[in-house]
Amino acid sequence: MPETLSAWERVLLARNPARPHTQDYVADLISGFVELHGDRRFGDDPALLGGIGTFRGRAVVVVGHRKGSNTQENLTHNFGMPRPEGYRKALRLMQHAEKFGMPLIAFVDTPGAEPGIGSEERGQAVAIAENLLALASLRVPTVAVVIGEGGSGGALAISVADRILMLENAIYAVASPEACAAILWKDATKAPEAAATMRVTAADLYGFGIVDEVIPEPVPAHEQPTQTIQRVGDAIERHLSELEAMVQDGDAGLDALLAARYQKYRRIGRWVEETDPTRHPNGPVPSHTAD
Amino acid sequence: MRELFRRQPRFTVEPQGEDSPVVPDDLWVKCPRCRELTYSREFERELRVCPRCNHHFRLTAAQRIAMLTDPGSFVEWDAGLEAADPLGFAAGGESYPDKVATAKRKSGAREALITGSARLDGRPFALAVAEFGFMGASMGSVFGEKLVRAIERAIEQELPLVTVSSSGGARMQESPFSLMQMAKTTAALARLGEARLPHIAVLVDPCYGGVTASYTTVADVIIAEPGAMIGFAGPRVIEQITRQKLPEGFQTAEFLLEHGMIDLIAPRRTLRAKIATLLDHYALARRQPARRTAGAAASAQEAPDA
Ligand SMILES: [Zn+2]
Repeated sequence: MPETLSAWERVLLARNPARPHTQDYVADLISGFVELHGDRRFGDDPALLGGIGTFRGRAVVVVGHRKGSNTQENLTHNFGMPRPEGYRKALRLMQHAEKFGMPLIAFVDTPGAEPGIGSEERGQAVAIAENLLALASLRVPTVAVVIGEGGSGGALAISVADRILMLENAIYAVASPEACAAILWKDATKAPEAAATMRVTAADLYGFGIVDEVIPEPVPAHEQPTQTIQRVGDAIERHLSELEAMVQDGDAGLDALLAARYQKYRRIGRWVEETDPTRHPNGPVPSHTAD
Repeated sequence: MRELFRRQPRFTVEPQGEDSPVVPDDLWVKCPRCRELTYSREFERELRVCPRCNHHFRLTAAQRIAMLTDPGSFVEWDAGLEAADPLGFAAGGESYPDKVATAKRKSGAREALITGSARLDGRPFALAVAEFGFMGASMGSVFGEKLVRAIERAIEQELPLVTVSSSGGARMQESPFSLMQMAKTTAALARLGEARLPHIAVLVDPCYGGVTASYTTVADVIIAEPGAMIGFAGPRVIEQITRQKLPEGFQTAEFLLEHGMIDLIAPRRTLRAKIATLLDHYALARRQPARRTAGAAASAQEAPDA
């Protein structure tokens, strides 16, 4: 892709309905995929797809946001915005992955968790929080790929992982550019400006050390879906192989994997610190330079 | 406790938006909910709760700390951390550093979270309190880092953790960094849990967004103040998107209790005693033989009569 694309142009590409979605990646990359439904608590969320299958020679658990390619599909799948039961289905499948020692692959593509009356009543916030907690200490290798929209906590709830990969035209942000513009500019039409200011692109997140790899899109994903999907598959395989090598010796390796995962998130943040030790009852804190 | 509360040095009634008490003169406080006037000394004695309608006014972090700790026992941690400007953010002619400077001046706080160790009627504990007056207690890098350091110190010093949270949402000016604090703080709590140290979360009005969807709601005990508004998405957003009328009492603490989302509602005057009681139970449990650790479970099997 030409480097001259603006952040907003990438936002539009990330949202392009013709872009390959989770179900397309599953179809091309996962053999013998068996979709598993339901959270065993309340319902089955069509906005979140999950199941087990084989990815290039290893059994894996896959979870991902499920968007549609047209309006009818999007209505069925709630535009890829999960409700609490979607996150609880994902949690159940994460635990399934751990129980059977299957690596977890997550495809991230959501505008965000659904804002709604029922979602609040059934605990949208705690459903997300419980996934963050589970993913922090899940004892299997985990790889997340942001393939389209990485919308806020609703995206994070399946994407805390040992490795986070992003397609070149995917975005990841704490809020939609429209919401940010409405709040900070008091003008939703300033979304393109907000997108640039919020630094939502894959290149931005890689630069911040939050994302581990940017998967190039020589042409936008929707123009070459098959090639894009294979390129994503190759990247997942490379990272999974590295992680699998780490855990070859069982528990000690898994402990090391979890320690590395903790440090990965522990490091994220930027601040300035006054290091006058007299102000710190516990002594001076090492001066910090995050990433 | 009331005495402690009064002893806070900067304890003046200042208007801070619509929830703030309106003070016609220094003697009376007007409740925004029931419109009744309360003599300001009575108002302070009631811990800023309207004696007529039970409306819980918002407190500053300093007031909250005074209410929950023994006098002089609070030792602040990491007070020197301040926001950086990782994105070079500016919106509508105002830069993020400008916004932070304004928030510091208005709130008197250096960031949106204050952490430290303290005692509650002698019991040692770690405390983290959000300052809503500082950019709506949005969770940016400093908030996350201070909370994680507090959790790590709690683990080191074997202290139980009490958090008091309110938040208007994400720190948009730190977009990806703000988002990742949800993962970072929750991961630290996973370690606190492995150390079998309790986390008691107190949710106070208003508590929304990333803070509700991360470290607060995975607490061992979740307490809310009466009438506090708590949720993931804000009510106006939900109304706009769903075009539905929100149910009566939607997202109030009482609504959450009814839906099984929180453990209990504690009126402000009972909060301190409630936390003390809980801390006692966990302290007692720590000395009990049934306390499970990996090693303890193995040795228990070897010596069942021990
Ligand atoms: Zn009142």
